[in-house]
Amino acid sequence: MDILNALVAILNFVIIPAAAYGAQLALGALGVTLVYGILRFSNFAHGDTMAFGTAVTILLTWGLQALGVTLTPLPTALLALPVAIAFTAALVLLTDRAVYRFYRRKKAAPIIMVMASVGIMFIMNGLTRLLIGVDEIRFDDGARFIISAGDFKRWSGLDEGLSLRGTQVITLVTAFAVMVWLFWFLNRTRSGKAMRAYSDNEDLALLSGIDPERVVRLTWIIAAALATLAGTLYGLDKAFKAFNYFQILLPIFAAAIVGGLGSPQGAIAGGFVVAFSEVAVTYPWKKVATYFGFQPEGLLQLLSTEYKFAVSFVILIVVLLFRPTGLFRGKSV
Amino acid sequence: MSSNRQAGQASPWRAPALFCVIVALVILEGTTRNALFSGSWNTALGILNMGIISAITALGVNIIWGYAGLFNAGVVGFLALGGLAPVLISTQPVPGAWSAGGARMLAAMLMGLAVLALATWLWRRAGARRGIAVALILLAGFFAFRWLFDPAVMAIEANNAARAGNIGGLGLPVLLSWPVGGLLAAVAAWAVGKVALGLRSDYLAIATLGIGEIIVAVLKNEDWLARGVKNMTGIPRPVPYELDLQSNAEFAAEAARVGLPVAEAAGIWVKLGYTSLFTAVLLSLVLLAELALNSPWGRMMRAIRDNEVAAGAMGKNVTARHLQVFVLGCAVIGLSGAMMVTSDGLLNPTSFNPLRYTFLIWVMVIVGGSGNNWGTVLGALLIWFLWIKVEVWGPQLMAFLTMPLPAGAVKAHLLGSAAHMRFIAMGLVLLLVLRFAPRGLVPER
Repeated sequence: MDILNALVAILNFVIIPAAAYGAQLALGALGVTLVYGILRFSNFAHGDTMAFGTAVTILLTWGLQALGVTLTPLPTALLALPVAIAFTAALVLLTDRAVYRFYRRKKAAPIIMVMASVGIMFIMNGLTRLLIGVDEIRFDDGARFIISAGDFKRWSGLDEGLSLRGTQVITLVTAFAVMVWLFWFLNRTRSGKAMRAYSDNEDLALLSGIDPERVVRLTWIIAAALATLAGTLYGLDKAFKAFNYFQILLPIFAAAIVGGLGSPQGAIAGGFVVAFSEVAVTYPWKKVATYFGFQPEGLLQLLSTEYKFAVSFVILIVVLLFRPTGLFRGKSV
Repeated sequence: MSSNRQAGQASPWRAPALFCVIVALVILEGTTRNALFSGSWNTALGILNMGIISAITALGVNIIWGYAGLFNAGVVGFLALGGLAPVLISTQPVPGAWSAGGARMLAAMLMGLAVLALATWLWRRAGARRGIAVALILLAGFFAFRWLFDPAVMAIEANNAARAGNIGGLGLPVLLSWPVGGLLAAVAAWAVGKVALGLRSDYLAIATLGIGEIIVAVLKNEDWLARGVKNMTGIPRPVPYELDLQSNAEFAAEAARVGLPVAEAAGIWVKLGYTSLFTAVLLSLVLLAELALNSPWGRMMRAIRDNEVAAGAMGKNVTARHLQVFVLGCAVIGLSGAMMVTSDGLLNPTSFNPLRYTFLIWVMVIVGGSGNNWGTVLGALLIWFLWIKVEVWGPQLMAFLTMPLPAGAVKAHLLGSAAHMRFIAMGLVLLLVLRFAPRGLVPER
């Protein structure tokens, strides 16, 4: 019985939250890695693109709720998502047209593109603040729990509760569907193949008659969609706060680099690696150890939750030191 | 590498003209009271002082970026680390803190360093299976560190928890803490640079982004160090206190002679004191930086920046030079952090926002002219002035723009959030300068 309790505790406090968080990170890292693969720079504005997309989703959600449209038992935000993606994609395409295209044509050094993305980051951040302010916003309506801790305890007779929130399931299902679609798109469709060809060798792709501007536009649209999706799922799961989306940039970069910048499979693997290590290192294992018959003195928490950035950072450094191209052999300029 | 860093011809009058613009702005702020300016010398000098500190931070970034082309995205962390120095050096010692857990804390720190050193040494020496050995040592070392560290933290934080709860300072003069702030940042920079330099340029940016967040997180959470988010107030000053001046009869008479209310005069006098101190530091740093830039060392740095491969082929150790310049630049950033905390009189870790302390500084450097020290200083003063004033001007502009709108929720929202327009303004300034004047206002010679 104790072993079962321990397993349920691990499932409840580590595996489920980490899987949901990992899916969010993976979606974010996919966006970063695609932009890196095609445009060849690390997009510092990605976190704020996520924030902007989420802010638009929230505004649309409020609008829908005011009209009396809901999607119970699912959150209304899912209904607002496609429109928000269109908005974000439009804005991102505008930034490409106004800013990045100039440097692309000039073949500027990647670091200049990174600088430009810092400028975009400022503007996106300002726009988000202008739209929705800096406060913490919860916008997850619909059914909150699929399994609640109390119900689970009654049903199973265990001491440990297991709760499964609707947003966690939605995150996992959506992320899985999007990833399947993305791989189908990249591997099976003409546009996807053009993107991969362009990413592998720009000049050769040009010679084969691939329109680079079209590839870049597609990349930005997909990146904006992934960012909005990741941001909204993260916001549904936790809460929306503009500054948190800036801070999530570090785990996202860590995930993309762990997997190998430019490699979509790597981004997904990296997202889960970062999320699971972050949660495992900051979870107090005392309860689980007690079920296994140990009587620990402390909380058995390796790092306090405030240091979760340190986990991403350490993973990042270890990968950079020992395998600079990442687990899946990304590219290195 | 980058084609837009070649030196070109620019009018030699640009820097003096820009300097005059800044002086004019400060004087306008001090003397005119209208919709645009406050007309208070206290405000004007306050902006100027913070501008000078930002200029020193920007100088540090310019050394790293302008001389060597390295992207440091963790300025806020090195600044915050420098800001720790005034707390550790110049606040009064906390009675009982050292006896509570000081020795154990020191032992923990030494233990941590020893483990890291041992792990690196082993990694360099041993052959096969070294990975497992190093991992085991690090794991064991981590637990040993926590075994020493945790009780020390508990003991120190329990000591007079309501009013102190920190390790306390040494009670030394606050000016001494400025170079110490630089030293702290330099040590951190050495550790980061050792790991992340020599990799691709973006990786350094991302690694420094991380270390910046971690340092701020440490300051927020390690209450034993500087009371964390409970803030550390009462950091001593190198200049007199306003209240002391106001009760000083001689000063009151002098103020009356100039024709200023004594409270205002005291504020101005204190700020002028800071202005002269900061200016002295700034000028000596610019002098040193200029000397370095025009020395063979500076030419070598620029050669490395413009073509790493060629410089390497000429026998220059690119990675070592990068590490050197990274450490130097971060030391300057740390120095400015210590100065900022001294002038604020408090250490408030929650205020260390990367947008303000990392990326705004970057805007200053790019706008001023990366690679040019005077340009960086002027850019910093100008951008800082704009950053402060856009917060005032933004709502006024918004009020003007929304005049035709009917009163309602939309108008109220737009007016309320107009203060956030400074972020959009700064982003636009950065993008416009990068695009149309990539060498900045005062280009590199």
